[in-house]
Amino acid sequence: MKGYRHAASGLLVPLAVLALWQLLSSKGWVNATILPSPMQVLVKWWAYLRPGEAFDPAQGSYLKWCLSGELIQDAAGSLYRVLTGFIIGAGLALPLGLVMGYSRLVYGLFNPLIQVLRPIPPIAYIPLSILWFGLGNPPAIFLIAIGAFFPVLMNTVTGVQNVDSIYLRVGRNLGASRWTQFTRIILPAATPFIFTGARIGMGTAFIVVIVSEMIAVNNGLGYRILEAREYLWSDKIIAGMFTIGLLGLGIDTAMSRLSSYLLKWHRGLEQG
Amino acid sequence: MSHISIHDVGKVFHSGGQEVCALEAIDLEIRQGEFVCLLGPSGCGKSTLLNAVAGFSPPTTGTITVDGSIITDPGPDRGMVFQEYALFPWMTVEQNIAFGLQIKKEPKLTIQEKVNGLLAMLHLEEFRKRYPKDLSGGMRQRVAIARVLAIDSPILLMDEPFGALDALTRRNLQDELLRLWTELEKTILFVTHSIEEALYLADRTVVMTYRPGTLKRDLAIDLPRPRDVASPAFNALKKELSALLMEEQSRHNQDEFRGAAVD
Repeated sequence: MKGYRHAASGLLVPLAVLALWQLLSSKGWVNATILPSPMQVLVKWWAYLRPGEAFDPAQGSYLKWCLSGELIQDAAGSLYRVLTGFIIGAGLALPLGLVMGYSRLVYGLFNPLIQVLRPIPPIAYIPLSILWFGLGNPPAIFLIAIGAFFPVLMNTVTGVQNVDSIYLRVGRNLGASRWTQFTRIILPAATPFIFTGARIGMGTAFIVVIVSEMIAVNNGLGYRILEAREYLWSDKIIAGMFTIGLLGLGIDTAMSRLSSYLLKWHRGLEQG
Repeated sequence: MSHISIHDVGKVFHSGGQEVCALEAIDLEIRQGEFVCLLGPSGCGKSTLLNAVAGFSPPTTGTITVDGSIITDPGPDRGMVFQEYALFPWMTVEQNIAFGLQIKKEPKLTIQEKVNGLLAMLHLEEFRKRYPKDLSGGMRQRVAIARVLAIDSPILLMDEPFGALDALTRRNLQDELLRLWTELEKTILFVTHSIEEALYLADRTVVMTYRPGTLKRDLAIDLPRPRDVASPAFNALKKELSALLMEEQSRHNQDEFRGAAVD
């Protein structure tokens, strides 16, 4: 009951904004090319989502037809890049972060370079990424990997460095080898930090994918809204933007569900 | 024959450019199966001494030997129980207890059997699948005790293990500990600042002085167990120890007023 009321009150402001927006458009107070009405956006969004051709069994299954809409193809393209780039970036950051957190020597060797590279926004790598990887998916994935790399790295380092020393004392007392200490104590103790880093990294990856699609590839949600601008299809731009928002929300919710499930032992998530 | 032998042990800390002499010329012999309490005000170095026996922080001077071999590192022959429980929060109760056995690479079936036995011995069976965050303080400390009992170390080192518990839970666990100690024939070195706890548990209570930490008094407690905390003999000893402890506490207080206390 309380949950419903909570959800209902969460809808109030969005509905009010929509109503105001619809009012502005219906009264003709704003130019429809500059700001199309919500209705117009919704219609465009449906057209964007729907399969382009009529169903033809000779072309393949019904499910395939259902998923053949432009929007779904774009979302799948963006998602593929986000996931590939994230896996590469996080996959490199995690082992480096673990070693840097564990060994002062390695930390001292790598940290200065990382501190210089970290403030460079992934977008600044665009020219180089095109020079190195040409056009298409590779430069986009490269940029996304950079975006995901640093948050995962920094959080992993902090996570390992902040492992409560009492756990290590218990480990030594019970006779754990260094390797056992690392895998059974340091790694699990650092996971809350690592997961936070992964969530931030995924958020960055999602921002970067949209930007990278605006330069290097010819499908994906980022590409589509830039393409729509060429034709002044502002309704399609807005439909694309909302899709990006919803997809981003979906990914973040999935990440946070996954981490509360895996970290059910963690104190901070007791209410979760 | 003495089991733990502490000979002429001293420990100097460097704290903010100052040299703090935490332990000085400690000589202590502990027999096999003995229950010894280290008693003193905070800052008297009793935990420092325990950590030195555990091998976490070796003494600056002197030697500590167990069964004749000098202690240099922590090891599973001296199981430690901490005041903060220090259970691994990412492991369930049974995983925590099994951890030391897995390190010893015991076969899975043996581990399962031993864990079951310990869960029963410490009345933890219903809680085996729980995580530490879902346990009360008393339950957590039972798990921590089960975890060191699992590795079957002949010596138990306990650093104010019941200090954070309420009075009833504390008495309950003290009785439990005495039962386990008798049953399993462990040697126990137990740090506390509670006079009553020391008198209730120990064969011998060693009172330490405040900075530098030295041995002030080594008192055998000959009262029969279970001990009656309301008996005249118990209270006479309590009075005697209180007087000794108050002297040290007032030196600690003076230091604190001067801002020199470093805990």
